[in-house]
Amino acid sequence: MNQPLPPINIIACGALAKELMALKSINHWQNLSISCLPAKYHNTPALIPAAVEKKILQIKANNDAQILVAYGDCGTAGVLDKVLQKYDIERLPGAHCYQFFVGQNAFDNLQEEEIGTFYLTDFLVKQFDSYVWKNLGLDRHPELLNLYFGNYKRLVYLAQTTNDSLTDLAKSCAARMGLKFERIFTGYGDMANSLERFKQNKIPFLSLAS
Amino acid sequence: MSDDIENDEYDDEEIDLNALPDDELVEQIQNDLYDGLKEEVVEGTEILLQRKWKPAKILSEALVGGMTIVGIDFRDGILFVPEVLLSANAMKGGMEILKPLLSASDSVSAGKMVIGTVKGDIHDIGKNLVKMMMEGAGFEVIDLGINQSVDDYFAALEEHKPDILGMSALLTTTMPYMKVVIDEMVAKGIRDDYIVLVGGAPLNEEFGEAVGADGYCRDAASTVDIAKQHLALRKAG
Ligand code: B12
Repeated sequence: MNQPLPPINIIACGALAKELMALKSINHWQNLSISCLPAKYHNTPALIPAAVEKKILQIKANNDAQILVAYGDCGTAGVLDKVLQKYDIERLPGAHCYQFFVGQNAFDNLQEEEIGTFYLTDFLVKQFDSYVWKNLGLDRHPELLNLYFGNYKRLVYLAQTTNDSLTDLAKSCAARMGLKFERIFTGYGDMANSLERFKQNKIPFLSLAS
Repeated sequence: MSDDIENDEYDDEEIDLNALPDDELVEQIQNDLYDGLKEEVVEGTEILLQRKWKPAKILSEALVGGMTIVGIDFRDGILFVPEVLLSANAMKGGMEILKPLLSASDSVSAGKMVIGTVKGDIHDIGKNLVKMMMEGAGFEVIDLGINQSVDDYFAALEEHKPDILGMSALLTTTMPYMKVVIDEMVAKGIRDDYIVLVGGAPLNEEFGEAVGADGYCRDAASTVDIAKQHLALRKAG
């Protein structure tokens, strides 16, 4: 690389922080500046659009580099997209992270195969106790398990990395929930592809302008 | 065991439900329901029955009354999903006792509803809550469960001939399926035979209109009101 790349700001869901950092380092994308919002917005998607907009405005006040939002729709039902349109900002494709890790078609196939599937990512495996168990109140009220997961049959661990101890942990989550276990290696899926595309499309533009 | 002893120290003084006058007992059942205490709700319900309260009155004043407060506090972000689920479970405990008595007494049904979560979606907490509140308001509800296709809905409409069809969706990828169902109803010329109500966290009023539903309901309590309004309009018209 002969000249430094212009900076790109990424506003990301906290559940993707580790993965984005990994992509940044694997690809030597030194120009990515990543800021995360708390992953717990997951449970209250109605709060995501305003939180993202606030971050956009904060960033814009400091620099005028490109921004990419590392969220799916995440249950905002198009409201996040309305905010992003206002600023001409892109987000990751798809409805949620499970879909963009494994890819839309593959996700649809998994759902078709067994609708009663609960998905875990590296992040969720690591944070299972707090983000799943505790958030759903299962630490205090294990009797709720069947009300939440009564219709579920299997747990699919969509793995971003190859890590035996995470796989073991994911297996133990499945056992706790009484679900059969499967692991699919996805890598960074559409997240990596989107970042790559974003870089290719936007950077020449920026370079021309600067 | 030692855990229990510790808990007892934290707990409020044990309340003898039997000793409470009716109005305080109703209030206590509502509080217990809010706190998700199933056994206490069941016990309170039984005591009111022993005191010759009509099942329908217990249901609407104690149980539905309590659950309405839970609904409001959930909407306002004071309560979260686990608490709502616990409360719903407590209410279910009370309803299980009342239901056989309600159907035995020849109270007139407020109307009939078929409800289900749409194809591709298996979220059902909200739907179950709607079902319970509708039953609490005197509706007969046929719950189809989750992942319901056009054919499933149509078969149920045919079989049960309800006044209302209710569809639930929690995923932004599954909410458009509501339009598929409604369009098919139009195509088959049966759309106007039913009141179609839709709900689920990602939906809104605008979406309800766009898919051609009669009403979007933001929560279980408003579903009861909206259902009643539509039924009254039908009867009048
Ligand atoms: C609890 C929950 C779960 C539970 C569901 C348990 C169950 N038995 O239903 C569990 C943990 C199992 C779960 C699983 C999944 N979930 Co989930 N879940 C939620 C959460 C946090 C709350 C939903 C809820 O139950 N709310 C409580 C009830 C009381 O509220 P409600 O459903 O809105 O219902 C009220 C009203 O809407 C209305 N209403 C509802 N239905 C109807 C119907 C009619 C006819 C009417 C009139 C009214 C009405 O009245 C109800 C009562 O007041 C939401 C986030 C959110 N806040 O919406 C995510 C959410 C819906 N889930 C999501 C996802 C992605 C999933 C999974 C794919 C995650 C995974 N790791 O696998 C799986 C689904 C797997 C599959 N095979 O499809 C996403 C969807 C993203 C998107 N783009 O759409 C959300 C938005 C979270 C997020 N931001 O990522 N989930």
